[in-house]
Parts: sequence; structure tokens; C-alpha cells
Amino acid sequence: MMRVDLTVNGEARSDDVEPRLLLVHYLREVCGLRAANVGCDTTSCGACTVLLDGTSVKSCTVLALQATGQQVTTAEGLAPPGELHPMQRAFRQEHGLQCGFCTPGMVMAAVGLLSENPDPTEAEVREGLEGNLCRCTGYHNIVRAVLAAAAEAGGAEVPAASAAAGGAAGDGAAAGDGAAAGDGAAAGDGAAAASGDQARVRA
Amino acid sequence: MSILGTRVLRTEDPRFLTTGGVYTEDVVDERLAGACHVFFVRSPVAHARISRIDVSAALAAPGVIAAFTGADLADLPDIGPMMPGLLNERMRRHLLAADVVRYVGDAVAVVVTAEPYQGEDAMDLVDVDYEPLPAVVSLAAAASDEVVLFEEAGTNIVANFGDPAALDEHLFDDCDVVVREEIVNQRVAPAPMETRAAAAAWGEDGRLTAWIPNQGAQGTRSGLAGLLGIEPAQVRVITPDVGGAFGAKFGADPEHAVVAWVAKKLGRPARWTETRYENLIGMTHGRAQEQTVTIGGSRDGKVQAYRLEILQDSGAYPRIGAVLPFLTILMTPGPYAFPRAEAVAKSVVTTTTPLGAYRGAGRPEATAAVERAMDLFAAEIGMDPAEVRRRNLLPPFTEPHQTAFGALYDSGDYVVALDKALAAADYATLRADQAARRERGDVVQLGIGLACYVEITGAGDGEAAGPSENATVEVHPDGTATILTGTSPHGQGHATAWAMLASDELGIPVDKITLKWGDTDLIPEGGGTGGSRSLQQGGAAVQQAAQELIELARERAAASLEASPADLVFDVGRSAFAVAGDPDATVPLAQLAEDEPLLVRAVFSAPGATFPFGTHVAVAEVDTETGKATLTRMITVDDAGVVLNPLLAEGQRHGGIAQGAAQALVEEFLYDDDGNPLTTSFADYPFLSATEVPSFELADMATPTTYNPIGAKGIGEAGSIGATPAVQNAVIDAVAHLGVRHIDMPTSPMRVWRALQAARSENG
Repeated sequence: MMRVDLTVNGEARSDDVEPRLLLVHYLREVCGLRAANVGCDTTSCGACTVLLDGTSVKSCTVLALQATGQQVTTAEGLAPPGELHPMQRAFRQEHGLQCGFCTPGMVMAAVGLLSENPDPTEAEVREGLEGNLCRCTGYHNIVRAVLAAAAEAGGAEVPAASAAAGGAAGDGAAAGDGAAAGDGAAAGDGAAAASGDQARVRA
Repeated sequence: MSILGTRVLRTEDPRFLTTGGVYTEDVVDERLAGACHVFFVRSPVAHARISRIDVSAALAAPGVIAAFTGADLADLPDIGPMMPGLLNERMRRHLLAADVVRYVGDAVAVVVTAEPYQGEDAMDLVDVDYEPLPAVVSLAAAASDEVVLFEEAGTNIVANFGDPAALDEHLFDDCDVVVREEIVNQRVAPAPMETRAAAAAWGEDGRLTAWIPNQGAQGTRSGLAGLLGIEPAQVRVITPDVGGAFGAKFGADPEHAVVAWVAKKLGRPARWTETRYENLIGMTHGRAQEQTVTIGGSRDGKVQAYRLEILQDSGAYPRIGAVLPFLTILMTPGPYAFPRAEAVAKSVVTTTTPLGAYRGAGRPEATAAVERAMDLFAAEIGMDPAEVRRRNLLPPFTEPHQTAFGALYDSGDYVVALDKALAAADYATLRADQAARRERGDVVQLGIGLACYVEITGAGDGEAAGPSENATVEVHPDGTATILTGTSPHGQGHATAWAMLASDELGIPVDKITLKWGDTDLIPEGGGTGGSRSLQQGGAAVQQAAQELIELARERAAASLEASPADLVFDVGRSAFAVAGDPDATVPLAQLAEDEPLLVRAVFSAPGATFPFGTHVAVAEVDTETGKATLTRMITVDDAGVVLNPLLAEGQRHGGIAQGAAQALVEEFLYDDDGNPLTTSFADYPFLSATEVPSFELADMATPTTYNPIGAKGIGEAGSIGATPAVQNAVIDAVAHLGVRHIDMPTSPMRVWRALQAARSENG
């Protein structure tokens, strides 16, 4: 085991990990942050995309140890609890998600894209998201969402939440009966914290 | 104003966007505490006899709790095909192959570990000796029966649909022009972003609780119980969030049952999440038909006769895919008024991954065949393909139209759909642009592809006679409501849509209504979500339950207000009953739930399936030097009756269009001659990315059906049904003037380039 010291969604952490542990598995199993998903074996799909010091990376192709000393931002930490980041809001507004599996990674990739190119054309959005696969939407509304978020920001960078966002849900988030019941009620602290309105509707 | 028909944003989104969905792998539950992890050891060869399996090295590896082979599961029943009367019953399998493996991916053993990474290490230590048998990959080879997969069956034929000997040899006798073409509707992988998974725990009461991503918990419960040889009542299936399914997550797979068996055997909960490699070889594939189309008619554009002959690849074990030619045949003539048409099919087994349902499931294959045939006929007589279609489409009808193949089209206006699509595309201008490029001999040529379609949605019986579904609506004293549904969303937005339907009746805001699904103890009956059935039956059931709830509440309100029920009006805006003429005498609906539960379970039953229709226009540019085709525009009319929420309906269309375009342009699951799969990762399988499709142009058309009070037909599969042949036709159309008649899908640069080379050498 080796020690990894890093910051996850604004929270400093220090954990003993297997040297071969992938960052995505570290986030999911050690930190209990399960928004990032694993959708392939070959760094092709981008469902695991997170920000590493503000740059979007596929966390299935980063060892947890490689994140030492860096800031990791996941979909959970993009906005303060109970709020949506402008990119998340745009995805909802434009119906840029259906089954939701690619969504956290897609949103992080989109945030990373706008940080590099705050005012992209449609073609640039499509090129920029080429490494993030979606089977449900045909990309149409994802592209619209990213363009809408860019337009809303007026060409300014759409920032990830500050380190104070506090979206790190801690161990065992997304727990609870709701998760088990399949009624869509991702109960537990994590869901309730990050999605206040939703949690009320679902409760 | 009614909320119905408006763009209500999804209530489920904030959760998906922040903490993410809770998919099976994400489920944290005390019943799963200490779960072990199951890893499947899969055959690396297509066809072989297993002479020896040795798990001892794996058992000695760190963290390994157990390892099992087919011999260990001998107490479980073997598995025959569904629909035993229709499919060859002697083609049977076991949960783990014990004697013979029949495709690369056939599971032969499991390794069970404490931690996931340990399983990755240990599964390679299972030592299996395979005595190779000949692979059977081509459908011709399979049909020849030279090598049979199941000795007990003595043949590779799973089923025949119609008798080839009974085909009418005079079918095309009076035709001026007859065109014949062999078409491959290639094998594709459904590839939902979430792969298959399972988590299983047995309670002290001896009942199994299984968390499985699926399209209908009730069907999965039945399937799982059948595979395990136990009663459905002993099984509780819970459906977590499902990361896409596309037809491939109906029922239960052998792996799901093995995970449950392991949990029972070890007395410890067990989990499994497959890798993408496993998913691409282990989850059922879609399509995989070889078709021969023959079309004949007169030079004035009237088709007189059409024949469709189908060879369906069932893969190694007959599953739903083996039955799909039934649906293809049902939809043979599509929206056309052909005076004569006939179709036959044969399903065969091959040493490849089994075939199942994939978005459209048998109907896209019918549309692809007839739409290719229409273009071939149009090219042969030198007439515009839009005009040929117009001359053969059924005239509009409001009374159901019975086809010669047994389909009863409920309502349709196919010519209007064609005209709307052509107008939205500015068809004449496109043709002029095409003509100019041809005239100039441009390197990049323009192609315009059409597809007119009609499809069948919401077929199949439910718990009541005819297509049916149940819903329970309950109003709570705090002014919220809960809906239970037998349908099973996995991206479609039912939580929002069903809440809209209930809200419209009850006056309770959408965000105060919670939808529950996918727990067989809570909702024992249900048909799930597939075949584009949910809104027209499951949604209609919600509406019916809500209406019946109002009538139930009316009795209580009458007692409360000391008035006659007939004198009460329900004010939806205030969600309260009032006495007519006395606006101050009111009682809120929620208050009527205070003393006893206020709920109604309703079963909606439809008179039959519905038949959405439309026209797709695809515009493609083809580089005649490289063969590279680029889809530049996609214009569609998809008439699925009344639209409940345009946001959701458009989303379904977008996704379907993209999947159709993907099959036409890039996707194909490939095997070599030895049965080795060649496209087993997303690095190899050409999954469509955002750069390969344009934004889509959707035109509206809504012809109501009378088969449900909402007026809705299904919209989930229309996109893939129309787009596939439209895009294929566009690519071929771009190079048709150079002598190319047909290019099979996917229209890859290599295929297009070869077709151009062949045409040049033929013409040169």
C-alpha cells in the first residue's frame, strides 16, 4: 500500500491505496463518490471523466497515486450542495441526458472544454466531446447544452466550483433504502446534500 | 391550461447531474454487506469440446473464495429456447457450458473473490483444455448443416417462418421490371453505456433479492426464477437506475442466475459487473439478417409485387433474435399498397454471440429491406425515389387498415408525412445541388436518401386481454402523490411524464409526485418498457387510475361537504372539490386521504397495437476518391400520435436517429472465419461519436390514435427504423450516377470505395 495525498472536491484527503488502484475506483470505492462511471476498458467512453487541477481527464486511465498533490473535481463537487453548476443546469434545460450513465463524465468534459475554449462553435463542441460516448441522446441536446452554457457565460470561462463547494459526500454516500428500491430515490447524505429539491420530491 | 403537451423539464435530472444515478454497481445496501465478487471465465474459442477444467491454481490465488464450473451447477435445469413450440427445443444450454462451448464468450467457470481486483488476477488461472470443433460463422454454412452445433437437434435450423416451397413462382409475371438484390442487415452490438450487472442476496426466509439492470422487473423475476428452477414468488427483483438497454436488458441472462446461485451456494451476497469486453461478446447482439429482396412493377412507377426472403442469424443459442423474423415479416410491405407481397424466413444457429432485441427488433430490418427495394426499383426505371414512393403509399385512412401479413394499422397518412419531410428538407433544392455536382464531376458528391416507414408499437398481451399495463396512484395527506407503474424507465423520463399525467387530473404539482417502479414485491405485475409501449399503455393506466381516484375521492368529498356527489366539481387548479354554485364549500383532495388511504390501482387495456409512421430524409456527402461518407443533414417526420412532452419525444427521436445513422455509417460487429470476434472493445467497435452526426431537423406531425385516451403511439424506436435506410440510401444515391446500385451497411469508406472501383471497372 502507498499513501496518496490529494484534494477531492475541496476536501484534503490522505489514504493508503494499492499502487495499481485507478483514480476512478479510488473515487468510487474509497471516497464514496459514484457519479463517475466506468463504461469501457479502453479509455474510449469518457463516462469516468473528472477534472484534475481543472483539466478534464479520464479517471480510468489515471492511477490514484498519480493524483498526489492535485485537486480532483467530480460531478458531485461542481456546485455547492443543492445547486446546479451552469453546465449542469444547461444539460437539464436542453434535455442533454437520458439514462444518465455518461452524464457526469460528459458534464465534466464539457466544463473542461469551455475552460479551454469559452466560445466554441458547434463543430468545436462536437470535436471536443468526441472522447465522450453517449448511446441515448444522439448528442444533439448535449451539443445544445454546451453551446447554451457557453452563451450564458458570454464567452467567459465557466468555472468549476471553488474548493469550498463541499460536494465531497464522504464515505458511503448514495446509500440508503432509496438506492435499493429502484424508485429513483438516491437517498442518503450525498444525494440529499447535492440535490435538495430532488431529494424532497423523491422522499 | 393543461400541462399535457408542454415541455416540462425532467424531475429526475438534478440527481443524475450531481451525485449520479444509482446503477446496480452503485447500490449500497445492508443486505449486500460483505458481498463477494463473481468473475466469469469465458471460452476464447468459437466451438470446442471441453476436455478438462482445472480451477486449482485459481483457488490458490490471493482472495479467491471459490471457483465453480458447469459440473457444480448440474442441479440446475438446462435451458431451452423461449417459445418452445416455435423454436427448436433440442437446442439447449446450461448456465455454464460443461461439455461444448459454442461461441467466444460462452461462460465455462466462475471465480469468486473478496475484492474485485483479485478476480481480475485469478480468472486467468483457470486452466481449460479445449478440443477444437469447426466454427460455423456464415449463415450459408449454418443452413447447410454440414457442421451442426447441437448434435441432439441434428440441424442448425431454429425455426422456419413460412414455407419457401410455397412461394408463388408467378409473383412477378406481369411486371415490366424486376429487380433483385441480396442485402446484409449487419450484426450490431446494443452497447448500452451501463454494461450488465447483478447483485444477489438470499434472506433468512429463503427468498432471493436480486438487483439487476433490466427493462421490466417482473419479466426479469420470471426469467431468473426459471433459470434457477424456483418459483417466481421466491424471487424479488429490484431495478436500480438502468444505464440504457435498447432491448438487450429484457428478462434474465444466464450470468444473472449464476450470480444468484453463487450467493446461495456460499451463503454470502454476491455481485457482478461485466467489463465492456464481456459486454460486447456476452450481451445479445442485434439485427444480423441476410435478406433477398425482389421487387417488380411497371415503368410508370407502380410496384406490382414484392418478395422478402430472410436468413436470420440466431447466434449460438436461440433467444429473442431467433424469433424476430416474425416481426420483420409482419411489417413486410411497410406503408405501401403493393398488390402482391410475400415473405419467408429461416433462423439458424451459428458459433457466435446469441442474438436478441435491439431498438426496433425486427421492424428496422423490414423497413431497411423495402426501402432499399424501392430505391433499387426507382433507379431501374429512372424515376425520382420520392415520386415512386408517393405512387405506392397507402392512401390516408382513419379506420384500421388490415394488411395481408396480419397487421392492423390503426391510423395513418403516409403521403402527408412524405410531403412534410420533403418540404422541410427543401428536396427540390437538394436535387438541384446534386445535379450541379454531378454535372461538374465534383470529387465530393451529394446523396439524398429517403425512408418512408410504418412500425408496430405496444404489441403483446398484458395482465388483461390485449396490450395492457397497470398503475397505482395514491394521494397523501401532505398533498404529495405516489405512482406505481409496471413500466420501467431507463432514460425515457417516465418519472416526469407519468407525473404530468397524474398532475393533470389531480392538480398536484409534478414535483410533488414520486414515481416508483422496478420492485416486484411492491409492483408484482407489469410488462416493463420495450417495443415502444410505455406511454400508450403504462401512461394511459396512470391517467385512468388518477381519474378513478377522483371518483373515489368524490364520494368522500360528498360525505365531508354533506352534498350529493353529482353536485361536486373537482377544481384541478386548486386540487379541491367544491359544491357547484357554492365556491366556499370546498375540501382539498389531500384532506380526503387523512382518514384512510386514498389510492386506486387501474389496468388499462388497449384494443391493439398502434402503428406510428413517418418519413426520414438523409443528406450525405461522399468523397468519391476516398469513399468517405459524411452525414450532413437529417430531416425527419415521426408521427407517433399525440405528444405528451415534446422534450422527451424529441429526445427519443434524436437517440433513435443517431443509432440508425450509426448502423448505416459505422457500426458492425465482426467475426473472422474461425469465429473470433474482432470488435471487442470501444477502441475496435465503431461506436458513434458526436463528430459523426449533424444536429437533427425534426418536423412535427401528430395523427392521434383512438386506441388510448392520450392519443399516443410509441416513439422509442421510430428513429432507428427510419434513419437506417434513409442514411444508407443517401450514401448510395451520392454515387448512383457512377454506376453503383447497392452498398451494404455500414457504408464505410472501404465499402464505398470498393463499390466505386467495381462500378468503374464494369463501366470502363
